[in-house]
Amino acid sequence: MNEIPLHLVLFVSTTLFFTGAYGFLTRRNMITMLMAIELMLNSVNINFLAFNKYLFPGKAEGVFFTIFIITIAAAEASVAIAIIINLYRKFRTIDAENTDSLKF
Amino acid sequence: MSNIYDYTCFILLLPLLTFLLPGLFGKKFPRISGILGTTSMLIVTVLAYLTAYHYFITDAPAEGYYWPYGSRWPYLVLAKFTWLRFNAALSLDMGIALDPLSVMMLVVVSTVSLMVHLYSTGYMKGEERYSTYFSFLSLFTFSMLGLVVASNIFQIYIFWELVGVSSFLLIGFYFDKPSAVAAAKKAFIVTRFADLGFLCGILILSFYSGSLDFRVIIERMSSSSSAFYSFAAGASFLGVSALTWALVLIFAGGAGKSAMFPLHIWLPDAMEGPTPVSALIHAATMVVAGVFLVARLFPVFCMSHAAMDVVAYTGAASALIAALIACTQTDIKRVLAYSTMSQIGYMMFSLGISGYGGEKGLGYSAALFHLFTHAMFKALLFLCAGAVIHAVHSNEIKDMGGLKKPMPFTSIAFFFACLAISGIPSLSGFYSKEEILTAAFHRNKIIFCTGLLTAGITSFYMFRLYFSIFWNNKNKSGIKTHMAASITIPLFILTVATIEAGHIPFGKYVSSDGLPLHSDTDIRLSAAAIIISGIGILTAAFLYLKERTLPGRISAKAGIVYRFIAGKLYIDELYLLITKKVVFNLISAPAAWVDRNIVDGGMNLLGAAAENVSETIRPVQSGKIRNYALWFLAGTILISLFLIYVIR
Repeated sequence: MNEIPLHLVLFVSTTLFFTGAYGFLTRRNMITMLMAIELMLNSVNINFLAFNKYLFPGKAEGVFFTIFIITIAAAEASVAIAIIINLYRKFRTIDAENTDSLKF
Repeated sequence: MSNIYDYTCFILLLPLLTFLLPGLFGKKFPRISGILGTTSMLIVTVLAYLTAYHYFITDAPAEGYYWPYGSRWPYLVLAKFTWLRFNAALSLDMGIALDPLSVMMLVVVSTVSLMVHLYSTGYMKGEERYSTYFSFLSLFTFSMLGLVVASNIFQIYIFWELVGVSSFLLIGFYFDKPSAVAAAKKAFIVTRFADLGFLCGILILSFYSGSLDFRVIIERMSSSSSAFYSFAAGASFLGVSALTWALVLIFAGGAGKSAMFPLHIWLPDAMEGPTPVSALIHAATMVVAGVFLVARLFPVFCMSHAAMDVVAYTGAASALIAALIACTQTDIKRVLAYSTMSQIGYMMFSLGISGYGGEKGLGYSAALFHLFTHAMFKALLFLCAGAVIHAVHSNEIKDMGGLKKPMPFTSIAFFFACLAISGIPSLSGFYSKEEILTAAFHRNKIIFCTGLLTAGITSFYMFRLYFSIFWNNKNKSGIKTHMAASITIPLFILTVATIEAGHIPFGKYVSSDGLPLHSDTDIRLSAAAIIISGIGILTAAFLYLKERTLPGRISAKAGIVYRFIAGKLYIDELYLLITKKVVFNLISAPAAWVDRNIVDGGMNLLGAAAENVSETIRPVQSGKIRNYALWFLAGTILISLFLIYVIR
């Protein structure tokens, strides 16, 4: 079975990352923005795994990093959702356009 | 090391304690503070006398250092400890130095202070800030005693400033009186100004001698073969050797404290303080600190003729000028203040004309002898004046007269004090003044003539005061006086001291080289001085014994001269002119302009710039989270491109 070439994997992860970035910049709903962030994190995970497999096949550091990132992403999601809930209590909305009182 | 002088430390500790205790807790127990202060002062006086007894009379054996070699009296340093250590060569030591000079001063300060404490318990009774007063009085006594026993020139400076502070506090004791506040401020500023010179002098002297300790300084500086001396005498600034500069600057500090011309302007105003304070600080003890300082460094002063001349001529000029001004004053305390200045001028010129050792050192002994007797009779004069002011409720001569009847005791005490200050034989002032005039006669004829003239004027204005207060017209106001025992006892003791202090063989104990000095006064000189004084007294009696219009007519005749002297030579006005017109306009005003426009302007410019910049970049922080994310992303991409294509 032929292996998938590295650049194809990287192409997938780049697409995924910019999809996430585009979503983060254009969406106004904070939950959606959070999901976009998760997309970006996952694209990074794919990068780690791909480089680990293709460049250093005998080692496992990339895999460890991926596991760390997944764990932290879970924790980060819970924190972010807590922040969103508090914002909602204060502003009665989770639209990022309207929650702009933290400024000069 | 333990020796019989261990108790001497308490001389310093007790006044400190009686400063702190009433100062902190006096409000609750106002009555006690007076008794406490007086009792502790009594103990201090007894200890001081005991020290003097052991030191002078019993020749108690002590681990001492004898200087100069062959001197009879040891130089002892007790309770020595290092207060501040900079390096191995330079450290500030504190200690209690005992030598004939400091032991004599201990006796003078403690005696006068005890008398004034006792007198104050009666005089200040019913005063609202009674315990504060006694607390300040103890602070003063503590600092003065610390000053006279200082073993180190820096220690003397510390206590010197403490003395200045307590003097400031006591002059301004009636701080609700604007004139008292102004007087306190004036005294403080003038003496601080002089102390600047003192500090510079200390720094120069200690730089060249490599030490701050008196013993080491004197040892290194007072022999012309020493390397330190030739270093200091060789270095010159503006054509004057560094040693002379140091000594003249130190003398400037002493002149400020001792109210020497032209730094005397604070002393007459200092009479705003309570009268016992004037007696203690501004007549008997603090103002002689300058004399003490010169005497302390006397062997070093002897090495510079120029410095000695400055001391001598300043002293002589002060003596004469103050005596002249005293004749024209109408406030009795001011007359006494100028008389103090004049007498201190005597001591100064006596030190200035003195030589070192043997017969030539007569001036030194005489100056300190006069310091000793003057402390007694001047304290007595002031305390009498206090009693008179208490009875009449006025300081002005014109409100007094005929007080001989209602105040016989005060009148007699005042009479003896006047005789003493005029130098009438068998009273204390006679002996000390004779010695001064003899010393001056042998060393400097100009100064001798000034001294003799001053002696005549002195007896004139003192008896002018005496006759105007106690004789003159009938008792106008019908004064009834009640003198408390606390007031009469000090007067009595001081009268005895005034009469008897002259019989102490002073030269035997205190002399420039530590050897007994026998002075034999020339009978012709004594006769001249007595005749001059007699003329002064008779003139005063002629003019002021009965109420006459003659004095007024004489002063009117003298016209401009009289007004010039009565206006205190317009020195105050001259200083005001200099400070207001010259210093304020030429120095302070440009300095203020620089401060306001350049220093402040620079700061304002910086502030305005920062404000403008932040105003401009403020909109960047919009609060819109996606904005930030966009900037962040753009930045990341830029940095990535930079890393990839530029750095590689």
